[in-house]
Amino acid sequence: MKLRDTLFLSLKTIVSYKTRSLLIVLAMALGVAAVVVLTALGDGARRYVTNKFSSIGTNLIVVIPGRAETVGSFPGAALGQTPRDLTLEDAEALDRLPQVRRYAPLNIGVAELAAASRLREVTVLGSTAEILPVRHIELAQGSFLDRGTAHGAQILLGWKLAREFFSQGNVIGKRVRLGDRRFLVSGVLKPQGESMGYNTDEIVIIPIDHAQELFNTSSLFRILVEVRSRGELTSTKEEIRKILRKRHDNEDDITVITQDAVLATFDRILRALTLGVAGIAAISLAVAGILVMNVMLVSVSQRTSEIGLLKAIGAPSANIHHLFLAEALWLSFSGGVLGFALGQFGSLLLRFAYPQLPAWPPTWASLAGITIAFVTGLLASLLPAARAARLNPVQALNTK
Amino acid sequence: MIYLSGIMRVFQMGDQMVHALNGINIEIASGEYVSIMGPSGSGKSTLLNIIGLLDNPDSGQYELDGSNVTALSEVEQAHVRRKKIGFVFQSFHLVPRLTAAENIELPLILEGIEPARRKLLVEETLLKFDLQDRSQHRPAEMSGGQRQRTAIARAMILQPPTILADEPTGNIDHRNGAEVIALLEKLHQSGTTLIIVTHDRELGARANRHIAMRDGEVVSDDKKASR
Repeated sequence: MKLRDTLFLSLKTIVSYKTRSLLIVLAMALGVAAVVVLTALGDGARRYVTNKFSSIGTNLIVVIPGRAETVGSFPGAALGQTPRDLTLEDAEALDRLPQVRRYAPLNIGVAELAAASRLREVTVLGSTAEILPVRHIELAQGSFLDRGTAHGAQILLGWKLAREFFSQGNVIGKRVRLGDRRFLVSGVLKPQGESMGYNTDEIVIIPIDHAQELFNTSSLFRILVEVRSRGELTSTKEEIRKILRKRHDNEDDITVITQDAVLATFDRILRALTLGVAGIAAISLAVAGILVMNVMLVSVSQRTSEIGLLKAIGAPSANIHHLFLAEALWLSFSGGVLGFALGQFGSLLLRFAYPQLPAWPPTWASLAGITIAFVTGLLASLLPAARAARLNPVQALNTK
Repeated sequence: MIYLSGIMRVFQMGDQMVHALNGINIEIASGEYVSIMGPSGSGKSTLLNIIGLLDNPDSGQYELDGSNVTALSEVEQAHVRRKKIGFVFQSFHLVPRLTAAENIELPLILEGIEPARRKLLVEETLLKFDLQDRSQHRPAEMSGGQRQRTAIARAMILQPPTILADEPTGNIDHRNGAEVIALLEKLHQSGTTLIIVTHDRELGARANRHIAMRDGEVVSDDKKASR
């Protein structure tokens, strides 16, 4: 029997058992679609996060008080207690490095913002004018700490805050109260949405010295350093360590991370997460495979007499084996292709529902989904096909 | 030429051994018309299965056209079945989801014949067996007589020299039964060896040679002059 005839006969059988075939194809398709959609979601999240990081610059070095290696995390970040404070003087010392294009000391806290008889709690970033280029933050209007106003009580309002507090008219020059201190609105941030863990539309930025007074601290939360070129990242990291070690009585009590490293870590984590969800989705394919096996076994029982007939008219066992294998392969292949189409459609819906999420299914996931469906179908049909091929023709013919 | 010598076939039924065939010795020449009769359990169907290579004897020798076919591999036996033997069953054994034409085509597909030639052969066979009007009908849409004619057409499409018919009229009415017998006898007259297993004395009596079996043994083997 020729391969073409085997494929045609098995396809004819599948088409004649419409409901049964459709259910198997659907089970396979849902498994493949789950792999495609979930990997699109995972990979989309990975790309979304890495894009966000990339958009704020990859030439960035972040100096954090405390040693990640000795404590196991960034302790200063969580508790505000570090072995030794990172100070504004430390930050200024780094500026002397020729590789450093600019730097921005950073303090973060929460305070009450009051203006125009409104009041709400906001996240406060304390820094210098350099925070804007370092973090790629753009202003919709106004300015921040222009020349000659470096120590002015200026405040930048996030886009949403500006609209909440001053729904009409010009915001620049308006007075607001932050905690127990008064500030003059010098600018409004462009709408940017979520970035680096907080919504930039709902933050305020004030000069670093005011922030330290507001939060009653002399230490810094971070120092952000922008290097002139990516090639100088590693050497600059070492130079920063050296300078701060010298300033901190020869103690290595800071952590220096690069944006690249953070990016790579997120990339690794989200890749692992994508693989994880793909794996979970693939389990449904294994379940579909068991369904294929079950249905094929029932099919062998139902068609025992037909198998006997085929043997009687001269089909060797191998032909019977191939016919049943081909049936399972048709089913799993159809399921794979339908699942791929459903997965692409699901990803399209995701991108439609969440336009900011680049939920494109990775090619490897689509190929893996179809391949797993194909292999699962093949493996699941081995036992039924072997059972059909082994049937005794006399007994098979006498089966009602 | 079919040559059976000392054929034994034993089945285990629970803890008992049943001797379905107990030393059968038969020689059937090409072109003979033979009926095998006997009560249920006499071994006639087992004998037919062994002649048709659907079953192998536990001992004894079976030669078909001079070659020892029991020693052949499963694939070789399947090849011999395709080329030399056509089966006609009491319950037709047509594939329910295939049309009459597709059922008739099956042996050609197994033989690996090209589609164009298959189409030609099927059309000729449909015409020969007066089934051209039923070619696109499925078995459920045909009468018993038409189904059996389809089954005979399928058995004959590769023009095997031998037809083995197991109760070919058992599932059809008298009129259709007569038509089927007439068709089989026509095939015999054109040179095909016809071996029929039946309970029907009237049908058995039409053969040129009557083999009677009981308890796995041949109790009589009568030949009469060809009609």
